Amino acid sequence: MNPLKNFLFQLQEISLLIWRAFAGLFRRPRYIGETIRQMDLIGVGSLPIVLLTGFFTGGVLILQTYPTLAYYGGQSEAGRAVATSLIRELGPVLSALMVSGRIGSAISAELGSMVVSQQIDAMRALGTDPIRKLVAPRMIALIFMLPLLTVAADIFGIIGGSVVASVIFNQETNVFITSVRAGITAEDIIGGIIKPLFFGLIIGSISCYKGLSTTGGTVGVGRSTTNAVVLASIWVIVFDFFISKGLQTVLDIGRI
Amino acid sequence: MLSSELEQPEVIDAETELAATADIQEAVDEPDRILPAIEFRDVHLSFDDLKILNGVSFTVRRGETKIILGRSGGGKSTTIRLILGLLKPDSGQILVDGEDITHYTEQEMMRVRQKMGMVFQEGALFDSLSVYENVAYRLHEQGVDEETVEKEVRRMLRFVDLEEAIDKMPSELSGGMRRRVGIARALVGDPTIVMFDEPTAGLDPPTARTICELAIKLRDLEDVSSIFVTHEMNNLEYLSSEYATVNDSGEVVYEMEGKYLCLINTEVIMFRDGKIIFSGKDEQLKKTEDPYIRKFIRGKSD
Ligand SMILES: Nc1ncnc2c1ncn2[C@@H]1O[C@H](COP(=O)(O)OP(=O)(O)O)[C@@H](O)[C@H]1O
Ligand SMILES: [Mg+2]
Repeated sequence: MNPLKNFLFQLQEISLLIWRAFAGLFRRPRYIGETIRQMDLIGVGSLPIVLLTGFFTGGVLILQTYPTLAYYGGQSEAGRAVATSLIRELGPVLSALMVSGRIGSAISAELGSMVVSQQIDAMRALGTDPIRKLVAPRMIALIFMLPLLTVAADIFGIIGGSVVASVIFNQETNVFITSVRAGITAEDIIGGIIKPLFFGLIIGSISCYKGLSTTGGTVGVGRSTTNAVVLASIWVIVFDFFISKGLQTVLDIGRI
Repeated sequence: MLSSELEQPEVIDAETELAATADIQEAVDEPDRILPAIEFRDVHLSFDDLKILNGVSFTVRRGETKIILGRSGGGKSTTIRLILGLLKPDSGQILVDGEDITHYTEQEMMRVRQKMGMVFQEGALFDSLSVYENVAYRLHEQGVDEETVEKEVRRMLRFVDLEEAIDKMPSELSGGMRRRVGIARALVGDPTIVMFDEPTAGLDPPTARTICELAIKLRDLEDVSSIFVTHEMNNLEYLSSEYATVNDSGEVVYEMEGKYLCLINTEVIMFRDGKIIFSGKDEQLKKTEDPYIRKFIRGKSD
């Protein structure tokens, strides 16, 4: 298959997977227990790395921008600078990248090894639809948990920023927090939560698709895991641009 | 108005009952009329450019065991996957209990799969679930209450003689035990059609023998139709020359066919290059002149 045909084919398969996962939600049996288990695994399990990422990103933002702001006499606006870039861009994107590395790879490796050891066939032979039993709970869990993780990353980022501002640059925490509060708008927060919803869907659908379409034994599992992480990360970044553009148009965010 | 509505179903019921008895009578008079459990009609299938099945037709009658022979990569597992509807043929028809499943959707297949059990090549146990949960899988999915589930799981594990492994995880089991758990899982819900995909490959002879005995027991005592894929000639020997009965003290015993009883419920088919090159009884297979088949059953040319 030539690359364009291959791309369109995969796009079609992924759209179908998403459609079938969601269409299946309205039929019995429902896999609520499995969905909650995945939420725990994905949400609680990823919390430490996401918090750490958020904290140090906020910290480094202040570290790099504070001197520049100070040069122009705008150091009281430091909090605003971190908060806006974190909530609009870095929080959602970095959380999504961390989660696609940790969860996207786990999902495609798990589903991939189930394919090559015929467990998926066995499941179908025993009368269960693997899309409803395996794919839907993972997608739902990602779509629910990624916005929450993002909010947590944002908060820790702001904390990280304020710590660096007060410890390294001796700025009063009060000043920092006031500037943060003045800087963020409701639209920023809404945008910052809409993005991870889409990112969750992207990570979930790509990694489930890559896992389920694994061929070629254990080597194939490794290949589809790598592909899942790389593709999910790329599409998160590409979609981030288009969602940002869309949000600017719809919510009027980011215009001066 | 109301009374006629109430009466109507009764009339239909009586008619269908009549028709049913007539059917049974006809079936008894003419055995050929009994619907086969599985039927392939000129099935073709290719993967990319590779032709796997090239016009395959065969039937498995009710209560019959069909042994499928053929070299690795010959399309035996593919044939089984087609019956389960895990794969669709390029052309031809596949019938299960007289029902044409060729173009069934996944949703419709789920109903048909309820009456089929499948034993996978390597067991294909769910390795995140315990033996108990593996065997109980189908019942859990159907939302059966736990008490019934446990009774059924124990009954099945007893059937494969593995009740003591009930709380183990699949990774703690030996190859033979995994295969037997796979059989127990496939038999939950009393399927009328069971498919074995190389169930004895890689097992020591006594364990392999046990698995063949299970297949014989299913065929002779539970009236199950089955497909048994194998390479091992002694599997063929066991399945086509021994039968299971219950002796006076209620134990299952295996006896050789002999002067008085000749097994007619086991047949062999052999695949080569996507076609069936032999179909018949094991005695015919052993007498064949075809050099390929002779080489296959002896492991060397004459
Ligand atoms: N999903 C698939 N895609 C491509 N080729 C396949 C697929 N499944 C099986 N094959 C090929 O089909 C052939 C027959 O496989 P199979 O039915 O598993 O043989 P066997 O008789 O050993 O069970 C093999 O050459 C295998 O490589
Ligand atoms: Mg095979």
